[in-house]
Amino acid sequence: MSVGLLYDSTRCVGCGACSAACKEVNDLPPPIEESTTAYTWTVVQNVGGANVRRLCFHCLDPTCVSVCPVGALQKTAEGPVVYDASRCIGCRYCIMACPFGVPKYQWDQPVPVVGKCILCAGRVARGLPTACASVCPTGATLFGEREALVGEARLRIARAPDAYVDHVYGLTEAGGTSVLMLSGVPFESLGLRTNVPKQPLPLLTWRILSEIPSFVSVWGAFLFGIHWITKRRDDVRAFEAAQREQRR
Amino acid sequence: MTYPAAIRRGAVRMGFWEAFCAAILVAFAGVTVLRFTRGLGAVTNLSDRFPWGLWVGFDVLCGVGLAAGAFTLTAIVHIFNLRRFEPIVRPTVLTGLLGYLLVIVGLFFDLGQPWRIWHALVFWNPHSVMFEVAWCVMLYTAVLALEFSPIVLERFRLERLRRLVRTITTPLVIGGVILSTLHQSSLGSLYLIVPEKLHPLWYTPLLPFLFLVSAVGAGIGMTILESYLSERAFGRRLEMDLLEPLARGMVVALGVYGLLRIIIIVKSGAVAALRPPGYEGWMFLLEFGVGVIIPVGLLLVERVRTNPTGLTVAALLAVLGFVMNRLNVSVTGMEAAAGVRYVPSWMEVTVSLGLVALGFGLFALAVRYLPVFPEPTADRGA
Repeated sequence: MSVGLLYDSTRCVGCGACSAACKEVNDLPPPIEESTTAYTWTVVQNVGGANVRRLCFHCLDPTCVSVCPVGALQKTAEGPVVYDASRCIGCRYCIMACPFGVPKYQWDQPVPVVGKCILCAGRVARGLPTACASVCPTGATLFGEREALVGEARLRIARAPDAYVDHVYGLTEAGGTSVLMLSGVPFESLGLRTNVPKQPLPLLTWRILSEIPSFVSVWGAFLFGIHWITKRRDDVRAFEAAQREQRR
Repeated sequence: MTYPAAIRRGAVRMGFWEAFCAAILVAFAGVTVLRFTRGLGAVTNLSDRFPWGLWVGFDVLCGVGLAAGAFTLTAIVHIFNLRRFEPIVRPTVLTGLLGYLLVIVGLFFDLGQPWRIWHALVFWNPHSVMFEVAWCVMLYTAVLALEFSPIVLERFRLERLRRLVRTITTPLVIGGVILSTLHQSSLGSLYLIVPEKLHPLWYTPLLPFLFLVSAVGAGIGMTILESYLSERAFGRRLEMDLLEPLARGMVVALGVYGLLRIIIIVKSGAVAALRPPGYEGWMFLLEFGVGVIIPVGLLLVERVRTNPTGLTVAALLAVLGFVMNRLNVSVTGMEAAAGVRYVPSWMEVTVSLGLVALGFGLFALAVRYLPVFPEPTADRGA
């Protein structure tokens, strides 16, 4: 049971109500900037005539959650990827690793934290839709259960195959995301990354990390063994030398 | 104290380099104030598109890598029991310890909230490579401090404590080698999670192994360089009988590393980026030529290997190539995906240079006041 958003670029009029509502609900300082920053978690950009919303995709298996050394980023059961600023040490691995380039940093602060869309986790936990979805005048941003949203997205493509690119962005990107997007123009022309692997990225590092205990025990035993053999060889040599000395 | 007076005299010159270091350290102090009052944006050219720059690429990745001589040498002497290398263990462990301490100082500049560095001890995420890195930095710095401690204990004649440390030498060295293996490789693992961002000339699932092997090569290179500099600064003789076999070890490490990289690049098809070479291609060729091809070529010639100048030049090239490699992984290879060029600000450069200057200064101080070089230096009639 996890929720998400379906953003339909063809229905978006670019009014920016989503950005304004986001600022208000999440207590973010004005102004609404051109692109997302640590203080502006969502914007609508007009790219070559088409509108596209920028926000966190809330991966099903998030890269940021896996790379954070102190567990400041977590994926909640309801779907949002949330951030606990009080844990963050500021290593910025999440910013470096996110395949969608979502987390942003407060570069201008002496005590900085990360900023990113948290899918209105507080509202969602209370059964409310996200602020952006609740104010969208055209239904371009739709809140609901992810499964239902996937069905809706496919239905829209099937009903109007000429109006849409035949792909639901977020269905498989990075192993799937809670936020899905539909577009009438190729996704790369909207500025979305289309080279994102289809597999969850955390597997790439977990494959190595999960082997550490076995590695440490085998490598430790091997090193001790080498030490044992070479030391024994030295001891024997010293012993034999001493014996030869005695016989003389 | 019967420590040779020649070393003490030799260390108190105020020449060009000393003045240069002093100037760097003054600027370093100024940048430090700005960094902690105005934030990262005021002093660095980092951005949301390019969140890791020189301080990660040089201070951390190179600092750790160039400290690899310590685990290599302690393993050679205490695990393989090749006791004749004992005389160069102490300066190498000192280099390693200083390297790690400076990495920690570097981290204090780079982390957004360094005063929370202890969070890694309390809030665990074993799925994070950075979590592994944090633990390795802490534990191995502790191991290096213990490995270095006999030198301090000897100086202050704390015989009983020194004997106590001596009894745990073997587990300490084995622990140090395990931690180093993990740490060196984990710095490569950091980049495993960005297959779509890091340029194919550098990205490979074998990055952790490549980082480990190249660090062994560069670590030996640093040991040779550090012997050469000690000869210059403290009137030491170059231990050619020890450095020459070490150089052969370096050839093996660099050779294995070089062949592996060639195989990986050819098999993955990344070699296409060299026909013709673009920006990344040229940077790779420069790194690989300076850091692998030329030093291996030089050191394969016995006349070069046994000649102090030839040996030092080859070691210097290997170390430079290593630094280029780490900067290529962390900067050059990430630029195309970021869509921006990153050039460090002069303040970032100042901090990095300041750390290097601090390293040289602390090394000189340690040599003056502690028995780092075990046998008395031969006075060369100076």
